[in-house]
Amino acid sequence: MSIENLKCKECGSTYELGASYFCENCFGPLEVNYDFSGLDPHEVKRQIQAGSQGIWRYSDFLPFEGRPGDPLEPGLTPLLRADRLAERLGIEAELWLKNDAANPTHSFKDRVVAVAVAKAQELGFDTVACASTGNLANAVAAHAAAAGLASYVFVPANLEEQKLLATGVYGTNLVGVRGNYDDVNRLCTQLAETRPWAFVNVNLRPYYAEGSKTLAYETAEQLGWELPDRVVCPIASGSLFTKLGRGFQEWLDLGLVSGKQPVFNGAQAEGCSPVATAFAEGWDVCKPQKPETIAKSLAIGDPADGPYAVEQARSSGGGIDAVTDQEIREGIKLLAETTGIFTETAGGVTVGVLKKLAERGELAADERVVVYLTGEGLKTLDATRDTFQMHEIDPNLDSFEAEFRREVSV
Amino acid sequence: MAITVKIPTQLRAATGGESEVEVSGGTVGEALDAVFDAHTELRERITQDGDLRRFVNVYVSGEDIRFQQGLDTAINDGDEVTILPAVAGG
Repeated sequence: MSIENLKCKECGSTYELGASYFCENCFGPLEVNYDFSGLDPHEVKRQIQAGSQGIWRYSDFLPFEGRPGDPLEPGLTPLLRADRLAERLGIEAELWLKNDAANPTHSFKDRVVAVAVAKAQELGFDTVACASTGNLANAVAAHAAAAGLASYVFVPANLEEQKLLATGVYGTNLVGVRGNYDDVNRLCTQLAETRPWAFVNVNLRPYYAEGSKTLAYETAEQLGWELPDRVVCPIASGSLFTKLGRGFQEWLDLGLVSGKQPVFNGAQAEGCSPVATAFAEGWDVCKPQKPETIAKSLAIGDPADGPYAVEQARSSGGGIDAVTDQEIREGIKLLAETTGIFTETAGGVTVGVLKKLAERGELAADERVVVYLTGEGLKTLDATRDTFQMHEIDPNLDSFEAEFRREVSV
Repeated sequence: MAITVKIPTQLRAATGGESEVEVSGGTVGEALDAVFDAHTELRERITQDGDLRRFVNVYVSGEDIRFQQGLDTAINDGDEVTILPAVAGG
């Protein structure tokens, strides 16, 4: 067994493997602590390759003693070459896209929720809950339904309609809170003290966050057991960004891959950029902001892992940039037009930052770059409204010819 | 009337099991100092070098004090000061 205890990332205090998430001595976040010393890299690699077609192929690195039962296993999403996008950006780097919209509820949140729901069952909870900006809401409602658990999903009441509909359909208790995400998060932190529920991103957060490591493992495996030179990844709470680093590091330490950590570039929306601001200002804490952006899935004004995301960008020689709402819309369109992938606003943020890096000449010709697309464009349709025009015609040839006379030479 | 300071469940061993502490003070900092005087163990857990630790959030009537004047935020009798861990969410 490799899972040892929960350990404070700040002061190193250790705790039993229960539903705890912060250190009683210093309030630091707790993280699952493993002992991988008994693992033989050749055997681990063989088991992974013979494993399931999803995240449970990486069970050795997840906070369970065995492989959990899971009727809705996420993972093994496509890693695609994006040569046409690279060409449009004018870069010679080897560009790859990890399309994590190809998960059961169309975002990377299926990974973290699958881990959290399995852990909730192991710990004996019969109800799961979350504070969400939307994608998490979809995932918690769906995975709870699949596992036969009750669920309570808390979101800002003004969320995109698509995300509300794609949550309510699963029969969850959908609670729209009149406030922003940080208000929802505070409320859930308070509720977690009194309700006997597994809040996936509150009292089960140490386990939940581990699910993001599977994106690092998949990237390495899909690149032929090699690490990318650079990753470009959106930042909301900073958890995915930092766990990618942890996943790569675990495999480096074990000798499953060689080389070094990629350069980490983080992406935020200007209308909610506490982590990008802390990076630019050289702070080791994030000053909270009141979000005002179309990238609602990244609209966390008080990011829990913000300080660690800043540290990771700095120590890897990378950075954290922010883009405007207009650049987000353009990023969605650029990606769609060059790759056939329709991403949500968070993906627009990430592509927008990739474009900035290209324009600044930061992407070297021999670099292998992986861009993380964490969600699905169909969930944020408003961001594409009015970005193109439909040709409306009568059902006859004359009408078609009249409409396209200027554009098609016969 | 006084200020009510709400203590997270995990720290209630330090307050003898009490979920809230009644104190007086004109600012959040003064109210917290009064709590720490009564329950000395809490000072080190919540503060470092005179400031809040980086993963501690404090709210006055639901509003994060970092959007106000931090520990200098003025408070009035009847206000509720809530201490919560900052490491949730996302």
